[in-house]
Amino acid sequence: MATVAELFQTMEYGPALEADAPARAWLAAHDAKFGHFISGQWTKAGKTFATHDPSTGAALAQVSQGTAKDVDAAVAAARKAFPAWSKLTPHARARHLYALARMVQKHARLFAVLETLDNGKSIRETRDVDVPLVARHFYHHAGWAQLADTEFAGYGPIGVVGQIIPWNFPLLMLSWKVAPALAAGNTVVLKPAEFTPLTALLFAEFAHQAGLPAGVLNVITGDGDTGAALVNHPKVDKIAFTGSTEVGKIIRRATAGSGKKLSLELGGKSPFIVYEDADLDGVVEGVVDAIWFNQGQVCCAGSRLLVQEGIADKLHAKLRARMEKLRVGPPLDKAVDMGAIVAPIQLERIRTLVEQGRAEGASVWQPSWKVPSKGSFYPPTLCTDVFPSSTIAQVEIFGPVLVSMTFRTPEESVALANNTPFGLAASVWTENINLALDIAPKIKAGVVWVNATNLFDAAAGFGGYRESGFGREGGREGMWEYVKQKAEGRGQRVEGVSTPRRSSTIHHRPSTISSAAGGIDRTAKLFIGGKQVRPDSGYSRGVVSPKGKLIGEVGDGNRKDIRNAVEAAHAASRGWSASTGHLRAQILYYIAENLDARSGEFAARIASMTGATAAAGKREVQESVRRLFTYAAWADKWDGAVHSVPIRGVALAMHEPIGVVGVAAPSSAPLLGFISLVAPLIATGNTVVAIPSEPHPLAATDLYQVFDTSDLPSGVVNIVTGERDALAKVLAEHEDVDAVWYRGSAAGVKAVELASAANMKRTWCAVGESDWLDAADGEGRAFLRQAVQVKNIWIPYGE
Amino acid sequence: MSGVPRNPGEPLDLERVRAIRVNKSAAERRAATIGTRRTVKKQWQAAWLLRAMTLIDLTTLSGDDTPGNVKRLCAKARHPLRPDIEQALGVESLHPTVAAVCVYHAMVPTAVAALEGSGIPVAAVSTGFPAGLSPFAQRVEEIGASVQAGAREIDVVITRGHVLTGEWQHLYDEVRAFREACGEAHLKVILATGELATLTNVARASWVAMQAGADFIKTSTGKEGVNATLPVSLAMVRQIREYRERTGFLVGYKPAGGIRTAKQSLEFLMLMNEELGREWLEPHLFRFGASSLLTDLERQLEMFVTGRYAAAHHHPMP
Repeated sequence: MATVAELFQTMEYGPALEADAPARAWLAAHDAKFGHFISGQWTKAGKTFATHDPSTGAALAQVSQGTAKDVDAAVAAARKAFPAWSKLTPHARARHLYALARMVQKHARLFAVLETLDNGKSIRETRDVDVPLVARHFYHHAGWAQLADTEFAGYGPIGVVGQIIPWNFPLLMLSWKVAPALAAGNTVVLKPAEFTPLTALLFAEFAHQAGLPAGVLNVITGDGDTGAALVNHPKVDKIAFTGSTEVGKIIRRATAGSGKKLSLELGGKSPFIVYEDADLDGVVEGVVDAIWFNQGQVCCAGSRLLVQEGIADKLHAKLRARMEKLRVGPPLDKAVDMGAIVAPIQLERIRTLVEQGRAEGASVWQPSWKVPSKGSFYPPTLCTDVFPSSTIAQVEIFGPVLVSMTFRTPEESVALANNTPFGLAASVWTENINLALDIAPKIKAGVVWVNATNLFDAAAGFGGYRESGFGREGGREGMWEYVKQKAEGRGQRVEGVSTPRRSSTIHHRPSTISSAAGGIDRTAKLFIGGKQVRPDSGYSRGVVSPKGKLIGEVGDGNRKDIRNAVEAAHAASRGWSASTGHLRAQILYYIAENLDARSGEFAARIASMTGATAAAGKREVQESVRRLFTYAAWADKWDGAVHSVPIRGVALAMHEPIGVVGVAAPSSAPLLGFISLVAPLIATGNTVVAIPSEPHPLAATDLYQVFDTSDLPSGVVNIVTGERDALAKVLAEHEDVDAVWYRGSAAGVKAVELASAANMKRTWCAVGESDWLDAADGEGRAFLRQAVQVKNIWIPYGE
Repeated sequence: MSGVPRNPGEPLDLERVRAIRVNKSAAERRAATIGTRRTVKKQWQAAWLLRAMTLIDLTTLSGDDTPGNVKRLCAKARHPLRPDIEQALGVESLHPTVAAVCVYHAMVPTAVAALEGSGIPVAAVSTGFPAGLSPFAQRVEEIGASVQAGAREIDVVITRGHVLTGEWQHLYDEVRAFREACGEAHLKVILATGELATLTNVARASWVAMQAGADFIKTSTGKEGVNATLPVSLAMVRQIREYRERTGFLVGYKPAGGIRTAKQSLEFLMLMNEELGREWLEPHLFRFGASSLLTDLERQLEMFVTGRYAAAHHHPMP
């Protein structure tokens, strides 16, 4: 053994192991064998599998493989607990969440050590990062529970929520899922990852001891099959999932058309952008926190370093020097920077991808020291000579591997940053506030950290753009994922609103049309890029009155028309999304003004198409004008928020348009339904490709001239008439459409949701008819929330 | 002090000075995890604590200093560790002492006499310490007088105003003159970081001081409102690292003021080890400006030996 005198010369750190006896004692108390935790009790262990300590490969415990029957039992328990739990007063629920926060703090070290044993991450991280954030999440959501009645007035819990969490932050992800769900009054069935089930089981047991009623939180363990059983369970009202984009897509498809609410937090390949004026020593530590945090097994890891060309060599040299000083070893050692990779299979994936990178020409650099040969360890790795065309620049490695690329200009940095299907997070490093605040909004990501990385807090929403998923976790924006409107579905149909008609046949033959204008033919074309264009098909569709009389013709749009419309919408998107709310308001007011001026004509059109009374037609036009005013009013008021996060700085929750949105308008209320969906979207800066009411399209086509005379920029609204579900499917499949709003049939909803998985576009679908005349149902915040996504920009400050 | 060549200084590079930027929040985040990413236990901890002890500039800088208390300090400097603890640790052969004794000019002769034969150098604070606003010629003369009196290290203060107004050339000239006045004595440049407002200023002043020939850069006089902190240390040692990369010369670092506990001292050592490396854990490149730290280190070492928490009054006071 080394003497003090010898160590005085070498100045080594030596081992510093955290004791694991209490955690092992808890495992032993359960004979290291676990059933599920359902309805406040342990079930008898069924068929089990082992969970391992990744740093040694030794088995820690046996946990049960959840069967369909187990899932049934857990869902039934949650269902049974729901009425009482959801009827508790907000204050009573707040007390429960507060008790959970206290419970986590009381057993903080036990949770930390057990997590480190099961996951392989360093005790420093579980002790200083994971567990404190878990407690913070429950405290914060105790607050939302307390305020639920006033802050989410008119909204209530969804019901039974199925939650599936990953292995990289097992307990933290539990808290992100469970805290908001319970705060809102839902009951939960949670499935932890098969690699890391232990802290969830410990949590469930302790939560019950802390007074959480039986069945409110149920934990079932198992692999993907157990997760699938939960996803597909008919009595589950919502699924919340964090994990890979691949599985996220499977879940999106599995739940399509089921009516289950869905929030997905998926993968990423987040850019870490360094400009030439950045504090490079600060940057180096930022990179350490970005990609050598949790062994790089972080969905929002800054894994793509984008560095301005002139400083690239210098930064790479600094990084290599820093990497040489990192320590990798037993995760219970309090003096290591990185612990073990979660499992051999993940280690193998990392190795394979790095070798692929090398084969594709990347220069791979690793420190001179060796990682432990026993257990799943991988050294910090820097890959240069990497380009967007390299596999390792595109694929999520989920390991301690950084790839570096260079850029020349800020514009190029944004282009590279966004050159990915993902959009979870980004870091922007510059000492120039003008540059930082210019770049942050241009990056397609749900979280942007300025001169920082991997900052998390319960008060700020976290979640992705694009294929990184949808929905937010944390903050007010996260709470919306766990509530629904209390009176959803009321007033399905109201007298005076025009009724839908399904039949609309294609006419190939000349026919006599009784036009309001009389005489001159007014066949409506499509409206794409501000121009009226002929449909690609060369066919028209007849529009008939309820009495079967042909009253007009519209273009029979097809997939190519949709393609062209999407391109036009993209061309308009950049300018429109960057335009001021004031400008958008003025244009909406102007549209309203011009519509109002032609109200008689529109009312007559509605009446002739739908058979509604003249009064009803007039009322629909008036309401449409009013609705345009509503969104003109909102256009400069749908503000984001400044979150109160525990740093010296601000987190700006910005409302950003989603991008290009496809709209399938309802059949009824051919004008008002159309306007009700399109107006909130354009008010918030989206551009739109809209399919008007299939049976009654002429009110929408009459709008072309209104738009033309209202200074609406070309391409902001594009209209393709035709068969709704066929066109909606093309929109839903389109990989460059960011969202689809669909109102129509159950089959249509399912088709849209199914197809949306291709690029994980957001969908907002409803079956049947709403009462569009009712402002409480047909306009307002619910629409605006769907029209934007929240980007949290963290800006630490201080000089 | 060692075989390492002294930093001769180099011409002032104003462009480089102005390009330096330190992001405060990033520095603070790094500083916050230095003590949580590394730790030492058992005999490793004892070795590190002993190391800290040998890096102390044992200091008294009070208006009421007399030969009596300075001699007492010097006696402690020679034997910082109680002999029985030294023995129990098995480090007698290392003959651990502190790195230097630091006093006002008036106490230099007393200290030199008291330390004779020990090899422990005397450091004198100088140049109108602590404010540094007395006449320039007088400040330069003061250095000469202390060197004359036997001080082998001179801890000078800079004109903070030069930093706050961006008069880098004046700062450079000032430190250059101090360096010349030092001759063979080693120059420690106190930046008084608590009065420099920003980490960027601290880093820029560090750079200018090194270009002007500082052997050490030092945080504080101990008289400012804020003394040595880890973020300030990061700002300074990263400039030391940059200076070595550019010039090849190694400059020392001395945090001073407010470092009272063994735990704190280990954080500073870890910071040096992580940011600069093992080389900087030697007295020719690192010092603590401290006084009460010594007793806490001694107590912790005793605890390592006995397994019992120790009492300060069991250790000979400095």
